[in-house]
Amino acid sequence: MIAEAGLAALWLAATLALLQFALGALVVGRGQLGLAPAIVPVTVVQAGLVAVAFFCLIAVFAQSDMSVLLVATNSHSAKPMLYKIAGTWGNHEGSMLLWVTILGAAGATIALFEKKLRADTKVATLAAQGLIALGFYAFLLFSSNPFARIAGVVDGQGLNPLLQDPGLAFHPPTLYAGYVGMSAAFSFAVGALVTRNVSAEFARAMRPWILGAWIFLTIGITAGSYWAYYTLGWGGWWFWDPVENASLMPWLAATALIHSVTVLATRDGLRAWTIMLAVLAFSMSMVGTFLVRSGVLTSVHSFAVDPRRGIFILALLGIYIGGALALFAVRIGTVTEGSRFEMFSREAALVINNLLLTVILVVIMAGTLYPLALEATTGAKISVGAPYFNATAGPLALMLMVVMAAGPLLRWRSDRPQALLGRTAVAIFAAAAALLLLAAFGGKIGVLPLLGLVAAAGIAVASLAPLWKRKLLRTPLFTWGMVIAHLGCGVSIAGMACDSAFTRENMVALVPGETSSVGPFNVKLLGLRDKQGPNYAALEAVLSVSKGAQGEPFTMLPQLHQFTDPPMRTNQAAIRTFWNGQLYLVVGEQTDGTRWLIRMWWKPFVTFIWLGGAMIGFGGLLSLMGRVHRDVLGPRWKLAGWKFWQRRKVTS
Amino acid sequence: MEIGGLEILAASQGDVMKRRWLLWLPFGLCIALFAVFFAGLLNPEDHVIKSKVVGLPLPEFTARPAFPQQPGVATADFRDGKPRLLNVFASWCVPCVAEIPMLMRLKSMGVEVDGIAVHDTAAGLGKFLADNGNPYTRVGLDDEGRAQIAFGSSGVPETYVIDGNGKVLQQHIGVVDEAALPKLLALLGRTQ
Repeated sequence: MIAEAGLAALWLAATLALLQFALGALVVGRGQLGLAPAIVPVTVVQAGLVAVAFFCLIAVFAQSDMSVLLVATNSHSAKPMLYKIAGTWGNHEGSMLLWVTILGAAGATIALFEKKLRADTKVATLAAQGLIALGFYAFLLFSSNPFARIAGVVDGQGLNPLLQDPGLAFHPPTLYAGYVGMSAAFSFAVGALVTRNVSAEFARAMRPWILGAWIFLTIGITAGSYWAYYTLGWGGWWFWDPVENASLMPWLAATALIHSVTVLATRDGLRAWTIMLAVLAFSMSMVGTFLVRSGVLTSVHSFAVDPRRGIFILALLGIYIGGALALFAVRIGTVTEGSRFEMFSREAALVINNLLLTVILVVIMAGTLYPLALEATTGAKISVGAPYFNATAGPLALMLMVVMAAGPLLRWRSDRPQALLGRTAVAIFAAAAALLLLAAFGGKIGVLPLLGLVAAAGIAVASLAPLWKRKLLRTPLFTWGMVIAHLGCGVSIAGMACDSAFTRENMVALVPGETSSVGPFNVKLLGLRDKQGPNYAALEAVLSVSKGAQGEPFTMLPQLHQFTDPPMRTNQAAIRTFWNGQLYLVVGEQTDGTRWLIRMWWKPFVTFIWLGGAMIGFGGLLSLMGRVHRDVLGPRWKLAGWKFWQRRKVTS
Repeated sequence: MEIGGLEILAASQGDVMKRRWLLWLPFGLCIALFAVFFAGLLNPEDHVIKSKVVGLPLPEFTARPAFPQQPGVATADFRDGKPRLLNVFASWCVPCVAEIPMLMRLKSMGVEVDGIAVHDTAAGLGKFLADNGNPYTRVGLDDEGRAQIAFGSSGVPETYVIDGNGKVLQQHIGVVDEAALPKLLALLGRTQ
């Protein structure tokens, strides 16, 4: 029953999406302005119905209703409840349903809360949102029905054990909120092009939506990186896997976008470019989703899919992205030129930021798609790995960091180089000091990590400089947001550079009782024992670790998990965090009768990578709050706050 | 000073507007990208990597003896005028167990099968052969997979047919099964 109700809700939602698009087309295309108010409730109800469908799917997973094909192939009655629920989106159909659910929610939020946008542009934006939703509903209903039933299954086949992790249960929804949230930017851009409304005011209306999606993307990528680090047991935190790249590419486009939209909102410049980036950011999100779903690129993240689905979704993306770009080509000529600015100004720094981000995006896209293009043209099979990406994206990212340090210290419109030099003097001094210290005490470090650490020192100081001589409490929240996000970039770069410069690694085969060491730690294998998890058997190594000779010993317990449904082995690393880094231990195979492989890493300041990522996300959140406060709620909130303050004074 | 090279993005949007074809560039790139996607999708990836040494003399390699009393395997062994099979396997490889009976049958027919165990240990290998039977005339240990890389094998099990002059005639990827037998025998110059 629940499955059928879900399917019915999905059909109704699809019908309303069609209505949503049709209403928008009538209002904007035919000038039937009387219909305009109807689009808001239609959008909201559509979002509600698809949410109902999604909760129905969660319910059948929670009940382990094995007569539903999707549950039977992806769940198992013996699984813990959390993973039963997470299993809802741990597969192709369910994740697509989650995708449209978030799309619906984004549309409804715009319908309800967007008040600043010109009325016709808002209608066009919602219509675009409806059109996107319509295509994906068609995809779900015609080729990926999540509610299809089967007869005669005893128990399910289980969920990929790598996905049975609490962090991962919430990772896809976060990342999807970011991917799909970018649809708002896309629809805004389409709406603005259709209604010829590319203006500073439009940019101010669009900005909070982009920021919101960008925050989710940032958190999603950071969390995904930490997940890969602690579950895959390779000691690495970024693998340049096609799917990681697929999440990084929209992030880069969105990062460029939040900077260019600022130029449009504040100085009314970069009109065409901002529209282009808005289209690009969501296009990259869709291509990202598509890369995962289609099996075009092989990756640990792929779900099994048949090629017909791939062709369906590919055609869909081609129509949306190609359509938006064609609209761009036709309409952008009518967008008048924005304000001009000089070579040495904050706008120019933001343009360079945008150029660098775009080049990094192109470089990563080329590396990700080159094997595909090569196989399509010559049939040769190659894979592009970390050496390419580190060598190309690394130096570009460092250049970007330099621009990022200087940009916020430049004035709008025009500035003088000498003035900038004065404002960045302390930062330059910090970078120089870091260089000297590293040269003296750092030992042998690669060029890129060395430059990374030097840049990080400079950024740390430069990013705080905008607060210089300001009253901290009266500094606007979005300025705080920028400062914290930029500081986060420095912190993250420092973590990455420390990890590649100072990591100590040791792989040994130990007999119980034997001791080895890594970095400042002595690691003794006390023994091994069997453990039983809810749906796996584990082998646990008991390791006694002490720092130096006199250090207080503590126990670390890395595990090797053997899952039964489906049969698969995974590593559960034991990680201990210190203020200055992490000790990362993994137990591997038995090498001969008595010895066990133990792999150990001491990773100084590796935690800074994710701390920085979290700071970037938090900075985005502050910025969003600041913008919403000033641009959207500003006058009302101020008034409310003042009244509250008055009343309090009276009562006390 | 107005900005120069960055005009496409920023200041002189007007110039771009004059070159209208430039505005269609993103659209064109997008179409090209999707053409590649379609091509990728319509030719589903096959993960079989064919060795480049087929039709060429077996490259130089040596794999040390697995057991003290026995010889290892090296390129020179294959130039004695006798065609034979070279089987790349490992004791940790589950499908390799499945093909042992077929290799035993080949052995009973008088076909010489040499084995190279990749990334393996003497202990593991001893147990594997004791449990499943030993169809090999010689077994070499390829500790770091160097021999495997030398003749372009990408996985286990793989079986190579090598003629009496040390030339690689055929690479068989995956388990040697009933269906593969006639072809291997024909290449070895035998009739069933």
